[in-house]
Amino acid sequence: MTLPFTDRVWLWLAAGLYLAGFIQGSIALFRRGRPAGGATYALILLGYLAQLAGLGLRGRAVGGCPLGNAFELYQFTAWSAITLYLVVGATFRLSLLGYFTACLASVVTLVSLLFPSWDAGPRVRIFGHNPWIELHAALAVFSYGVFALLALTSLMFLLRHFSLKSKRLGGWFSFLPSIRDLDHMSVRLLAAGAAILGFAVAVGAVHWARPETVVNMEKVLVTVTVAGAAFVLLLLRLRGVLLARRFAVACLVLYAAALLSLVTVEPGRGRGPARPAPTAR
Amino acid sequence: MSTGHLFVIGATHHRTPIEVRERLALDADGAVALRDQLASLPGLREFTVVSTCNRIEFYGVAANPAVADEVGGAFCRRQNFAPDEFARFRLDLRDAAALQHLVEVAAGLDSQMLGETEIFGQLKQAYAAAQAAGHTGPVLNRAFQKAFQAAKQVRTQTAITTGQVSVANVAVELAGTIFGGLSDARILLLGAGEIGEKTAKAFQSRGAASLTVASRRLERAMELATTLGASALPFEQRESRLAEFDIVVCATSAPDIILPRAAVRAAMARRPARPLFLIDQALPRDIDPTVAELENVFLYNLDDLARIAEENRAAREAETLKGRAIAGEKARALWQQVAAQVAGAGTSTTAEPIPPASATSLPENR
Repeated sequence: MTLPFTDRVWLWLAAGLYLAGFIQGSIALFRRGRPAGGATYALILLGYLAQLAGLGLRGRAVGGCPLGNAFELYQFTAWSAITLYLVVGATFRLSLLGYFTACLASVVTLVSLLFPSWDAGPRVRIFGHNPWIELHAALAVFSYGVFALLALTSLMFLLRHFSLKSKRLGGWFSFLPSIRDLDHMSVRLLAAGAAILGFAVAVGAVHWARPETVVNMEKVLVTVTVAGAAFVLLLLRLRGVLLARRFAVACLVLYAAALLSLVTVEPGRGRGPARPAPTAR
Repeated sequence: MSTGHLFVIGATHHRTPIEVRERLALDADGAVALRDQLASLPGLREFTVVSTCNRIEFYGVAANPAVADEVGGAFCRRQNFAPDEFARFRLDLRDAAALQHLVEVAAGLDSQMLGETEIFGQLKQAYAAAQAAGHTGPVLNRAFQKAFQAAKQVRTQTAITTGQVSVANVAVELAGTIFGGLSDARILLLGAGEIGEKTAKAFQSRGAASLTVASRRLERAMELATTLGASALPFEQRESRLAEFDIVVCATSAPDIILPRAAVRAAMARRPARPLFLIDQALPRDIDPTVAELENVFLYNLDDLARIAEENRAAREAETLKGRAIAGEKARALWQQVAAQVAGAGTSTTAEPIPPASATSLPENR
């Protein structure tokens, strides 16, 4: 099937829809004093489908998962977070999570689109030769999407904590989920993210262990560090060492570190030969 | 030639003091008898009786304006109430104004506790009873059904139902923001007085299943525990067993602190991952205020709860105008739809009274 428009047009459309969801949610919250609920979910779903089309076109053009440069990594991370939100949001009905997800997704996708250099530089064909490394990369970036959602539930936890401690419960604070629900959700997301990233590292290790593979040590180190940090964080939480507000802050730091580490795990770094990013239709 | 009209007459909490409302309240037998009497009233085409602790209202479609007075007269005779005195308190609205009143009542805009939703159910019951008895017709059927729809719209488009306005319910709502559902929350009530009991009942009404009562007088604690279907705990064990509970309601008349910081800190050390919600309703305070600084501990005292209740009340009041505007708009549209039928009630050739009703019960008085 041939889709109209190029991949970037679809991705712009997706970013626009996420932004529309965020704006619509803001209007509902600040003007009407209540979350938009279904409308935000619908806009996010439309954005998700547009992003799926864009990433699908790109994937078809590159012959694998579109994770070949910083632009694609950020897009794929946002897409992963939205995938999870669509499941988690519908299952657990966490109020305001859609609003925050729309905010995060619009920021990440718009920023990646606004810097053409992220997508215009040399692009390495890392996939198509080895299914293990392709699975490794896809799982690793998907786990970053899980961490994105973890960051949102942690942020919501901090807001709810602030509202309860400062005894300001009116306005849109009243739409935040309970502090215990947010804490449980964060623990589950952290466990899921750590497990997926851990599995991704294990899959990658199969590839790295092969004698003909030239391993980018910086990339391996960063990925293993992020995975290790996630496991340590989970362990500290489960053992009752890191709790409540400090746990939420640590989760935010973990996500920030994971996001920043994308720069180092960008496939094009320290590799060659390179080829420019394709424009797919 | 007379023209038909839609009316609501009655007495509500706005103008009628409680002593008078007590005398006007219909008991179940009286209500049935009155409805049978109204059903045989010439010129009364349709009617519904709404009786709660805050209002007694008669909605009707009549062939002429005098019928509403006859309804009032029949009611006063049954209650042995002087018609002149009834006239002093009487609510009397006609046509579109009556419809607007119906929508406002259904939406909780006319309630003593603004935005309460219990009235919606009571109105539905009253309408269902009247409909089952054959006392309603095309006008009231449409009016009530549309009023229920409009009320839902008022509630969803405004914030008149958000935020609790009583101290006990504020405490329960706060517990919800900490624990989500209350079914697995373990609650300790310290003090067996009226305030604590009221709060405990509020928790139970929201699904709290595990309640323990401790009082300085063990027999009083056991007595209240029996009443509430809870268990009792010796007061001296309150500190050592604090870690077992998620919510602690303190409402004793003790002159000093009964839950010191050290006790709360020790309890939290044994259950660090579970939040602890402390509600101090006592004066002087029962809980050391510095425990609020502890991680995962949330302390609210009487002033905090009262302030939140007052803020919620003010927020609801602020939404009233918006709610009334929606109600007015809906009532005007509804009046357009039924005006011709109402007018037709005055010229209808079927002047017979409504057939006798089968025995049905009125909604329970509040």
